[in-house]
Amino acid sequence: MKTSKTTPAPAVRKQSFGSYIKRYWQLYLLLFLPMLYLLVFKYIPMIYVQIAFKKYSIVQSVWEMPLAKNHGMQYFIQAFSNPDFIRALRNTIVLNLLDLVVGFPIPIIFALILNELVFTKFKKAVQTITYMPHFLSWVIIYGIALQLFAPSTGLVNMVITKLGGEAVPFLNDTGHWVWTYIFLGVWQSFGWNSIVYLAAIAGINSELYEAASVDGAGRFQKMWHITLPGIKPTIVILLIMAIGNILGSGFDRPFALQNNLVMSWAEVLSTYIYRYGIKGLQFSLTTAVGLFQSIVGVIFLLGANYLSRKLGERGLW
Amino acid sequence: MKIKSTTGKIGDWVFVIICVLISLICILPMINLLARSLSGTDYLVRHEIYLIPKGINFGAYSTVLSDPKYIRAFFYTVALTVISTVVSLFMTTICAYPLIFPQLRGRNIFNIIITITMFFNAGTIPNYLLIQKLGMLDKPIVLILPYCLSIYNMIIMRSFFYGIPDSLRESAEMDGASFLRILWSIYVPLSKPVMATLALFYAVGRWNGYSDALMYVKKPQYYPLQLLLYNILNNINSVEVATQEGFSAPGLSESLKAAIVMFSTIPILCIYPFLQKYFIHGVMVGAVKE
Repeated sequence: MKTSKTTPAPAVRKQSFGSYIKRYWQLYLLLFLPMLYLLVFKYIPMIYVQIAFKKYSIVQSVWEMPLAKNHGMQYFIQAFSNPDFIRALRNTIVLNLLDLVVGFPIPIIFALILNELVFTKFKKAVQTITYMPHFLSWVIIYGIALQLFAPSTGLVNMVITKLGGEAVPFLNDTGHWVWTYIFLGVWQSFGWNSIVYLAAIAGINSELYEAASVDGAGRFQKMWHITLPGIKPTIVILLIMAIGNILGSGFDRPFALQNNLVMSWAEVLSTYIYRYGIKGLQFSLTTAVGLFQSIVGVIFLLGANYLSRKLGERGLW
Repeated sequence: MKIKSTTGKIGDWVFVIICVLISLICILPMINLLARSLSGTDYLVRHEIYLIPKGINFGAYSTVLSDPKYIRAFFYTVALTVISTVVSLFMTTICAYPLIFPQLRGRNIFNIIITITMFFNAGTIPNYLLIQKLGMLDKPIVLILPYCLSIYNMIIMRSFFYGIPDSLRESAEMDGASFLRILWSIYVPLSKPVMATLALFYAVGRWNGYSDALMYVKKPQYYPLQLLLYNILNNINSVEVATQEGFSAPGLSESLKAAIVMFSTIPILCIYPFLQKYFIHGVMVGAVKE
């Protein structure tokens, strides 16, 4: 252990270890529980990761289990020759890419729109309403979607048929399901995700806008030449994190929204792991899939970070 | 912070209209749901329910409220939410506070231990095996302990603590106050906005979470409300549900489902607007300092 670089606080220079502990033991006492938590719930599971390379057995400890075939790579090979896994991998990438393309720009645009509102009370009300979906669980959103998109009695299809169209199977047909999934994702998160951009916009020097106004710049010119460049670092950081998450998929959203009719496009890696691992008890196979997912995630994160720094942007670190 | 626009009033109103439309998209599904939960069966079946309930009856709600299964799950989930929010806030505070002291020896090591867990997660199955090993499967505590400290939330709180002037702390140290006392009498009272924000995050997370219960809990009496709702929406055990609640008429089950969804949403919708003034500020602190 070494002392920190800056110690402006009173009377800490050149202390003996004993008197240091006597003075600061309370801080270590406070840290004890959080560190114990991290050790038990975050670090011990890392020991179990090795069962991806081992033949799982209930009676043996992780260290005693025999290495799997093909120098321990058996389960990775098995995963990649499993059509269900390939399908889940494809779906994860496709759904995440669509989320990125559709869902990433919308909070930025929405923040720009909110920033143009001049009526403070109204702006607050809009924020309250648009942040609300973020606080609904995916089960509730699924429940709402079931009611809203029901083939015959749902509001949306009633309007469509009233207008002379044909009812759309939003949740029961793969093609429509994918877009419903994307739409619900955007619906749930766009308001909330705009907060970060609003915070970034609030940090822009207001003199820039005044100077631009003096020079006769219009609303959209200011948006394009001042606001957007001002929040570019925030955009880049969030984009890097989104790209790092390209193989990650939360569990709650896909699992709540999927049903048997659309599984060919709705099964993603997280739900695949649940079905094959926790339900199907194929622990080694699904641990291998999870490890693959984590490693690819880290590689993508590093890659995106490297690329953004190459392009002259500030990265995550 | 307001900047006068040269494009004038018409432009302002265009943005207002856009925002009204966006807000409608967010809120209409909820209104539709409410209308359906309050409507008579005949109107639902005849496709007459848009945004206004017709043939108002509270039958669906009285079915839900008179069923001990829902009431039990409701109060069980309230208890889980309150306990895990208190535990999580406590853990977050005692993790964030020591880390703001530059004098803390080994601070870098603690920070590294913490950061690694943000980038690498062992995965679903290793976590499951751990829970199994700890003997926590099928016990309510499994819905409290494994997620009782979120590092993201800890960073938000730490940023907030950094914003409290060091001089306050140092003068208290001069006066001989202990570090625990400084935490309790200076940092906690000054951190109400961030505490409220994080309490909301933890509470909403627990109220809305169902995947941990799905994986770790098999006994139906320990299902939180959201998992119960998931099973009802997907007609899991539908035979049992149908005989218990008389799901015979097709319209009834729809309005009943709507009522159950409303029932499990209402607590959040009630709390959320009151905490909003806190969390906007809290989130911004986290976002800017990250």
